[in-house]
Parts: sequence; structure tokens; C-alpha cells
Amino acid sequence: MPVLSVRNLSIDYLTRRGPVHAVRDVSFDLEQSETLAIIGESGSGKTTLAVGLIRLSPRGTKVATGQILYTKNGQTSDIRTLDDDDLREYRWAECAMVFQAALNSFNPVITIWEQFLDTARAHGMKDRHKVRDRAAELLDLVHLDAKRVLPAFPHELSGGMKQRVLIGLALMLEPQLVILDEPTTALDILTQRSIIDLLRQLRQRLGFSMIFISHDLSIAAELADRMITMYAGRVVERASVADMFYRPRHPYSMGLLRAVPRVSGALGSVASIPGSPPDLMRLPKGCTYAPRCPYAIDACREADPPLLPVDTPRHEAACIRWQHVAGVLGSDAEVPVAEKLA
Amino acid sequence: MTPLIELDRISRTFETPDGSITAVDAVSLALESGEAICIVGESGCGKTTTGRLLAGLIRPTAGRLLYEGKDVWKTKGADLARFRRAVQLVHQDPYASLNPTRTVYQTLSAPLFRHKKARSGRQALASVRELLERVELTPAENFITKYPHQLSGGQRQRIAIARALTVDPKVIVADEAVSMVDVSIRISLLNLLLALGREFGVTIVLITHDLAVARYFARVGRIGVMYLGRVVELADTESLVADPAHPYSAALIAAIPEADPDITRSKRRVELRSAEIPSLLRLPPGCTFHPRCPLFEAGLCDVKVPELLPIPRRGGQPRSDEREVACHVAVRERTSERAAATA
Repeated sequence: MPVLSVRNLSIDYLTRRGPVHAVRDVSFDLEQSETLAIIGESGSGKTTLAVGLIRLSPRGTKVATGQILYTKNGQTSDIRTLDDDDLREYRWAECAMVFQAALNSFNPVITIWEQFLDTARAHGMKDRHKVRDRAAELLDLVHLDAKRVLPAFPHELSGGMKQRVLIGLALMLEPQLVILDEPTTALDILTQRSIIDLLRQLRQRLGFSMIFISHDLSIAAELADRMITMYAGRVVERASVADMFYRPRHPYSMGLLRAVPRVSGALGSVASIPGSPPDLMRLPKGCTYAPRCPYAIDACREADPPLLPVDTPRHEAACIRWQHVAGVLGSDAEVPVAEKLA
Repeated sequence: MTPLIELDRISRTFETPDGSITAVDAVSLALESGEAICIVGESGCGKTTTGRLLAGLIRPTAGRLLYEGKDVWKTKGADLARFRRAVQLVHQDPYASLNPTRTVYQTLSAPLFRHKKARSGRQALASVRELLERVELTPAENFITKYPHQLSGGQRQRIAIARALTVDPKVIVADEAVSMVDVSIRISLLNLLLALGREFGVTIVLITHDLAVARYFARVGRIGVMYLGRVVELADTESLVADPAHPYSAALIAAIPEADPDITRSKRRVELRSAEIPSLLRLPPGCTFHPRCPLFEAGLCDVKVPELLPIPRRGGQPRSDEREVACHVAVRERTSERAAATA
């Protein structure tokens, strides 16, 4: 039984020019203790999707269709139909979110201790001593010195420390699911490394499921079990991390992987994707990636291809040319895309 | 041969209410015509200040900036104007660096008129077209009348590069020029900058925090690694990436997450003695990396500031100017290794 099961979710932004279809017909399952990475460029709909999962979308957003099914102790409920009390319980207690680089996530005029207290109170923990013990325990878990951090104001902490505090806060109510939006973007390399190692450690110890939203493929390579590639609001490929990195079948996933150079190993044939993503208000007919795709044929411009199994039942791509991609890349050896094309 | 542009033990100290901060401390760097070089480091290492010193935008508090062998801050008049035209900066944020009320034509033609490269509207238009083609925004007609908000991030950055090109520069300092554009198009921007170096002999200095970007960009050039205001290692790119000599470079390369699950999950880590980056207000004595350094030797590293010294390249020809590292221990070990190998 998956912890979270998203079924045919579509999210629109209502604008004066008309609706923007930011997320279109997205489905995926997340198992217990599994880590899922959602990758894509800006404008691919990944953040809209993540925020939609905890119903924190801004005003002017409409969830057009779909279900967000959450299961705990054998009981399944649709997040879209929860009333305010249940929704509040779901947020943070069941599903916590860590926002990008911790920049705007703190109240700047109160101390870290008060941020813990606020969060605890909002969820009915009234005993200050218990909250203090829990805060100390959580900060210890994220390798911070509680004595030093609790009385500090957010601006007194470094970017990495703030991100640790936020992770600690997210774990306060022992959620089953943690969603992280660009958790290491804007952090320095050594700090980035320590946050990645911390997340890996915490996941092992506490067994929660994670969803990562990132444009940074290396974070996915580090932590993900499974991956989703999004393009123009749709899921275009779904695969295990090894299949996605070494045997992508959608030309967009392939292009994205090829666009990122590495520091170790051979550089291979690195290249950008030509063109830019489509205007979400005026999507091209057929496959939305066709205008940028090196393998597009006439049939691609006729109908938007459905997400269908490719090499194995657990690997899906929305591309009628996937066999051609498979022919170009082959299916053996754990060799990254840029090297295969070299 | 005189280098095109050179930093000679250049330093810059800023006064703050809490005390003085030396953002750049005695950095020396000599650049040839057409060279591609990257300066990498974490935030606060002084890489941006170094870029601004190179572009002559801020006055050094010590040391010299030399252009074609002349001390820039002692030149005046025509010589100074020539330097100003020769060195151009491309900023990080193409959303902030372009005037939102000006069309592409206005942005690009203003410097042409200012520097008398165009004397009529027709001349300017022809030059603008040519510039747009050079930065691969074609057909040029589609872009000439556009405002920045009508362009994507990558297109804006191309306009910013085109603007730098209006005055036929000899050096372009690109400060995090690809950090704010989507990953899928970064490589094409880097290729564009590299082509300028190749085809027009422009020296490109790319300042970045991203080692993978640096490796791609400077694959046939050099990388300088900065830490707390000093260059700690300067080497040809492949040597640096495959065999870093400074323990800080080694730690960075070991820590960087890679877009390859097998490689990144099996990387050997370099354990540092401390995760804390010292404050620029209270720098440690001796080598500023010593409180974190795995190679630390008491009585040496915490006393004596290491100079950037040449070391032999492993496996390669011992060309003395090829690699330099500012580390007492690395210099000693690599030199004795070489001596043992030749003995």
C-alpha cells in the first residue's frame, strides 16, 4: 500500500489571460520509506505539484481534477476533500515540507526556540518543558548544538544551519512523509554535502518517505530511489534512479542528463537542449517536447503521447520514439548519457 | 612575454563597523590573450572581489593591476579609457543587469554611440544585428525591438554578453554568468563564451561556485581555487580535478554531488577537522585553512602563511609553471615524491 498515491492531478493558475495548465494529469505512487525525486526545468510544474500536495497553493490556483490519496494505518483519505481540522493535522503531523534554502521560512523577529514553540503550539503541544526536550532532541538529530542555536535569531545562523533547523522542525511531529523543495540550492558545496549526508542518515533511522523537488540532478543521483521527469506540467518519464540515469527513454530526460557536466570521470559529450520550454497557455499540438526534440517525427505533432511502460513495467515514458532513444543509448552498462554519446 | 592582464599581489580590504575585512589577500594571477580560466570557491572566498579588481571596478588597497604591463591605477586619460573598454563584466543576474525600459536595440546601441563605434542609426542597427548573430540570437529581427521581459533568462544573458562585446573587449569577466539560467541551457552559454575566446582571442574569466561548470568551461585552461581571500591552488583543469594537491581542493572535489548515482554514492570523502568556516574578521594565523585541514602540522601550518609555490605534476612533464599550490605539506610531499622518482 503506497503512503501517497496521486491520481490524474491537474492544477491550473487562473490568470486574466486565461488558465495556465501548470500541472497536467500527474499520477504517481510513493511507497513507505521510498525517496522520489521530481526533476525538471523552471516552469515544468514541479513546485506547483509539491505545494499542491499539501494544499498550500496560492490564491488563484485551481485543482482541476484528480485525487491525492494518503494512507495511514490502512486508512485512506483524499487530501483534496479534507476539512480544515483534518488538513491541519495532515500538514506537518503527517506530511512536512522543507522549502528552498530556508530563506523565507523563518519569522525573522523571533528566536529559533520560539519557532519551535509556535509549531508545537499550533499542533496542540502545550507543555513548554516537553517542547524544549523535543527541540533539543531534534537539534541533536540534525547535529546542531541546542544551547547555542535555540536562543539565536534566524539571521545569526549560517545557511546550512538554518536548513538543518528547518529539517529538525519538519521532523517534530514524526511525519510519514517529508517534501523538500530544492533543499540544497544556494548552499556551498561542503554544506550541501553535509545536508545530503544528514538526510540519508535520518531517512535510514526514522524510515519516512521523501519527495524531492529539484533542478539539480546530482541531488537525485545521491538520494533518490525512483525519479520522475516533468516537462510542461506533465510527467514524461518515471523510472528507478539507475534506469533514469543510465537508460532514459524520453528524449527530454536524456537531454537534461546530457546537459549536466561532471567533475569525476570522463566529461563525455555534454550539450544543452536547444530552444526553450513552451508557453503553458499556448501548448503546441501533440507532444509538447516535439519542437525541441532531435528525434521528433510527424506523428509526434499529432497527439500528446500517453505515459506507457518501456523496457520494464516499472519504467514508463511518454514518447512514441522511445525505441529509437533505446537504440541510440543502448540498454547495457551503467554508463551516463553524455559518455554514451561521446 | 608580458601577460595581457595581471594581478600582482593584489589585496582589497573593506572597513566595516565590526572591523576590517580583507576580502582578497595578495592574489597574483597572470592571464594570456584568449585564455579561458575559472576562479572557483565557496561564498565569501573573495572570488567576486577578485573579479571586480580584475575589471578595475574597485581600487586595490595593496598590489597592482597591470594591463599590457602598465599599472592601471597609475594610468590616466586615453590609456585608462583603453583599459576600460578592454575589460568588460557580465553579471550573474540577467533579470537585474538589463534596463527593463530599454529595447534590445537601445541597450546595445548606447555603448556603440558612446564609444563612437557607430555614427548613424543605420550603422548602429547593422552592428546590433551583427552582435545578435554573434551571440546566436537569430534571426536578429526577432530580438531587436524586444524588451527584457519578453526574453527568457538564457536570451537575456546572451544580450548581456552582446552588450559586453559592443566595445570589442580583450577580457570578459563573467561572474556566475550561468548560475541563474536553467541547467538545460548552461552548456550552450558556456560554449558561446568559449567561442568568443577561440574566434576573437578574448580572455574569459569565469567566476563560479560550481566545480562541474568550471571543469567543463576550463577543460583546456586553468582553474584557480580560492579560500578566504587567497588563491590556494592554481592548476590546469584536468590535473586539479583528477589529482587535487591542496587539501581544500581535495575536500571540495570529494564532497561535490555528481549527476551519476554510481559515482556519487561511492565517492571517497575527505574528512575535515572542523566544518566551521572562520570569520573574515578573525582569520586564523598561518594558513587560514589549518583549523579544518586534515594535513595540519602544529608549529608549521598555524604559524607560517604558505606561499603559492610550483609543484611537479604527477605523471606529466615537470613544467614548473604548470601547477601551484599554497600548502606547506603538499609542496614538501610532492617535491620529495618527485625527487624519489627521479633518483
